[in-house]
Amino acid sequence: MLNYTIDQNVAIISWAMTSSPMNVLNDESIPEFEAALQRAYADESVKGVIITSAKPEFVAGADLKMILRNNDKEPTEMLNVSSELNRIFRSIETSGKPTVAAMNGTALGGGYEICLACHQRIALNNPKTLIGLVEVTIGLLPGAGGTQRLPRMLGIQAALPLILEGKKVGVQEAKRLGMIDDIADSPEEMMMKARAWIDANPKPLQPWDELDRKTGKIVGKENFNVPGGNVQSSVGAKTFGAGTAMLMEKTKGNYPAPIEIMACVYEGLQVNIDRALVIEARHFVNVATSKVAKNLIQTMFLGLNEANKGISRPKDVAKTDVKKLGILGAGMMGAGIAYVSAQAGIEVVLKDVSVEAAEKGKEYSRTLLQKGVERGKVDPQKVDGLLNLITPTADVQDLQHCDLIIEAVFENRDLKAQVTQEAEPRLVENGVFGSNTSTLPISGLAQASAKPENFIGIHFFSPVDKMGLVEIILGKQTSDYALAVAIDYVRKIRKTPIVVNDSRGFYTSRCFSTYTAEGMELVKEGVNPVLIENGGKNAGMPVGPLAVTDEVALDLVYKISSQGVNDGVVSQDDTSYQMAKQFVELGRLGKKAKAGFYEYPADAPKHLWPGLRDLFPLSVNQPTLDEVKTRLLYRQAIEAVRCFEENVVRTKLDADLGSILGWGFPAYTGGALSFVDFVGIDTFVKTCDRLADTYGERFRPTKKLRELVEISKLTV
Amino acid sequence: MAEAFIYDAVRTPRGRGKSDGSLHDVQPVQLLTSVLRELQTRNQFDTSLIDDIIMGCVTPIGEQGADIARTASLEAGYAESVAGVQLNRFCSSGLEAINMAGAYVMSGQVDAIVAGGVESMSRVPMGSDGGALFMNPLIVARHNIVPQGISADLIATKYGYSRQDVDTFAAESYRRAVEAQDTNRFRRTLMPINDELGVTLLDRDEGVRPDTTVESLGKLKPAFEAIGQMGFDALALLKYAQFDKINHVHHAGNSSQIVDGAAGILIGSKEFGEKTGLKPRAKIKAFAVIGSEPTIMLTGPIPATRKVLKRAGMTVGDIDLFEVNEAFAAVPLLFMDELGVDHSCLNVNGGSIALGHPLGATGAILSATLLDELERTDKQVGLVTLCVGGGMGIATIFERVN
Repeated sequence: MLNYTIDQNVAIISWAMTSSPMNVLNDESIPEFEAALQRAYADESVKGVIITSAKPEFVAGADLKMILRNNDKEPTEMLNVSSELNRIFRSIETSGKPTVAAMNGTALGGGYEICLACHQRIALNNPKTLIGLVEVTIGLLPGAGGTQRLPRMLGIQAALPLILEGKKVGVQEAKRLGMIDDIADSPEEMMMKARAWIDANPKPLQPWDELDRKTGKIVGKENFNVPGGNVQSSVGAKTFGAGTAMLMEKTKGNYPAPIEIMACVYEGLQVNIDRALVIEARHFVNVATSKVAKNLIQTMFLGLNEANKGISRPKDVAKTDVKKLGILGAGMMGAGIAYVSAQAGIEVVLKDVSVEAAEKGKEYSRTLLQKGVERGKVDPQKVDGLLNLITPTADVQDLQHCDLIIEAVFENRDLKAQVTQEAEPRLVENGVFGSNTSTLPISGLAQASAKPENFIGIHFFSPVDKMGLVEIILGKQTSDYALAVAIDYVRKIRKTPIVVNDSRGFYTSRCFSTYTAEGMELVKEGVNPVLIENGGKNAGMPVGPLAVTDEVALDLVYKISSQGVNDGVVSQDDTSYQMAKQFVELGRLGKKAKAGFYEYPADAPKHLWPGLRDLFPLSVNQPTLDEVKTRLLYRQAIEAVRCFEENVVRTKLDADLGSILGWGFPAYTGGALSFVDFVGIDTFVKTCDRLADTYGERFRPTKKLRELVEISKLTV
Repeated sequence: MAEAFIYDAVRTPRGRGKSDGSLHDVQPVQLLTSVLRELQTRNQFDTSLIDDIIMGCVTPIGEQGADIARTASLEAGYAESVAGVQLNRFCSSGLEAINMAGAYVMSGQVDAIVAGGVESMSRVPMGSDGGALFMNPLIVARHNIVPQGISADLIATKYGYSRQDVDTFAAESYRRAVEAQDTNRFRRTLMPINDELGVTLLDRDEGVRPDTTVESLGKLKPAFEAIGQMGFDALALLKYAQFDKINHVHHAGNSSQIVDGAAGILIGSKEFGEKTGLKPRAKIKAFAVIGSEPTIMLTGPIPATRKVLKRAGMTVGDIDLFEVNEAFAAVPLLFMDELGVDHSCLNVNGGSIALGHPLGATGAILSATLLDELERTDKQVGLVTLCVGGGMGIATIFERVN
């Protein structure tokens, strides 16, 4: 797993794990790495050590499954695990033998922390290499010395943003920032430079270390001066207070890791490195045993990876591949779908009623690509090739031989039926027809199809190029084959598929609408609209419920709720229906009309419409912020529970991912369904009952939930 | 219980707290030494009768560190037997020193103390001592700790004080301070500061600008908007979610001035007066401290005043004169509104906005100013109160005895 060789008195420890796809720090590799280091340091003939890898990457990080497994362990037990790693890495520095990281490829998280513990970092000039401390992005902190060594190397102000943002940088950028010491152009040169450094530095000492006067051993330096200024300096005074305020503005206090990282740097850089590593380990355990870290790892890392690999795909259908895609309707959605599909190398036929309209849809791709070129994100040489993949047309004949056709025309049943019947015959044998509807039931639309088993909902989110989720909807007759084609296609365009069953609003629209609906309930009760909006944002939603209603548009809310009223599933006195109706009558349709819950002045930021207070006078007793947050989150979560129980959404993971990626439900909770576990099922049911008693039956917990509470009591 | 009497008070002028301020080349220990010497010179007491010297100092590091009270006592030529201690309750330190001295005397364990404070803000900048309250990330995050200017603007936001309101108050502070200077109302306690050669460096509060008007103040830019936008507004609003933004109304002209200064108050028992032949000017009637919500931070004078009034068995109407520290204009404005106090009996000779706020000394300076004014106008009872960092408040009631 780790190759150990000695070449001209230099020990070369080369990572080459076979038990996992990439080199990672885990229960297997850590002891082996330690053994290799000890062997090198104990061998008197070895004058220096080079740590490198035989795989494309250097070391990709720590195995998150290992961390997840320890998540609910006793903190002291986890502290032991964490201290172990620190002890091993620290032995590199205190060995007295020059040790060089020869970074042949990507070194992230714990992988880069190995490099930080080395005396010298030489990276191969490899364009694919990414270097950084990325732990914060999954709710953790660099717990193997990263929060201590990087600031001691670069200074507090330079290191903090890198750790707090989990920034990944390329080799050149890493050199510029001082994250690595040298760059080599070939693997041979890299090893040669490493050797040369070892020869030139037989007795290396980290800047934060010194020789103990009595024992001669390498120990952490007392009174080490941090480059750029110590914690207790004017630099520190400026950095920690304001830095914390900025983090709180960003996280609303919902994500503990960034603040704990600040705490590690603040506390750790006031003591010597040996004590600092202990401090870091304590904070690491605090974060790693938190529910938030567990949720982020489970849903946003492991879960997301599974979904992206197609866990929902029917296993017994052979691999399919969409090579030619037809898109009906070159509006905002159609144009976006064309763009992401061409990005994936798919030939796209973009059809609209006129060539001009179709061309306009293609222009969208051109504009996005040009922006990408300006920002240096897109290779200008690739622009033409990419655009050539998109054929704008008004001629249905051009759809001939498409593997998949997606309609993205107006939400009108007759229109959709017409375009389906027109386009469907052009599909290849066993081709699939997808509808990008967000509101109309798929089984109904499938009635227009000659092959309803090959008819499926493929619901994109706007803007398509930015939103990572695709909600796949199964009609009553949709086949496993059609589902496989849809999932293979979604994977090909590098988006995350979730699969749901046909139902009013499907899963995401149905749950999302409860967020805006609860916002309107609060308005109706006379709750201060500012408190409502801040309640949403502080709970972790990207936008307040009233602002997002404006963005959706009130006439659309009115249209959908009216449909519900007509169909007998929404009551006449439904708050969303009534309030949307009232706003439509006032001509306040939302953001597009520059008037809704907000005013949108041309020369100033939007602000809440003062007239709101006349329509809905503020009640004397205002709720607490926590109560507003609770209502807004619980309302969405209980709806997700209902969707799960009604089999609208088929798996917990799909429910969670759909909520986070689809409508911005806060990730720290693990997702709308995991929210129940996040607060605890007992608390969830009790709170739902209290909310139902106080505000209405919409909060009432389901029978199944009550049963689950009883079961959980039995198993405790 | 014994009573604690005020025998006399001395204070330095307040010099602008910048490198071009008149007291910038005077070390803080020299400021305090001058005060102690002047107190002895004026009253001619035997310094060996003094038990202790209690001095407030808010940034007790560098040359203000290492117990500046004991250092100044030695330098002032007080008897070796006189002890010294420095304390820090932020902006209330000078009044806290008086209260503590009062409590010692009342307890019967101590006969006489010089209490007061010192701060050379031009030499030891405010906040240069770090402090977990303002720097420890977990503490800042858990308690939504923001700079005081943000807190002051939050008061203005919450209680609806407009820019016009705070500027009007500030302009009046300046007008009163100018009048007080012109009519020599500070002369009883004010002492000049001289250099080693005996040349006077400063003999009046330096920051008073006679030409200050609501209009001239209206031209100044809000001082805390920029740091507010760096995250502090958001941190405060996480707790005050009923507001969508903070109305930044405070600036250099309606906030307390950064200055250098020191003050000392001679406090003793009845017996101390009999031994020395000194006549008491007033007695400490009651005092109180409280903790309040730390994000808005500066609302403490109101509950502290309520508490001290209750303790003294008095009402607002029993108080003839108030000194409410003008840390920011919104603080006294809120005080007047919440307690129903009229501006005509509050900060009658201006306040820290016009005259300056040498953090550790201000509580003692306000007390001395109050005593002088009670005597000048022949009134009986006065109350001093200050808002305090970290969300605290302090209040003391003084009563004349002659």
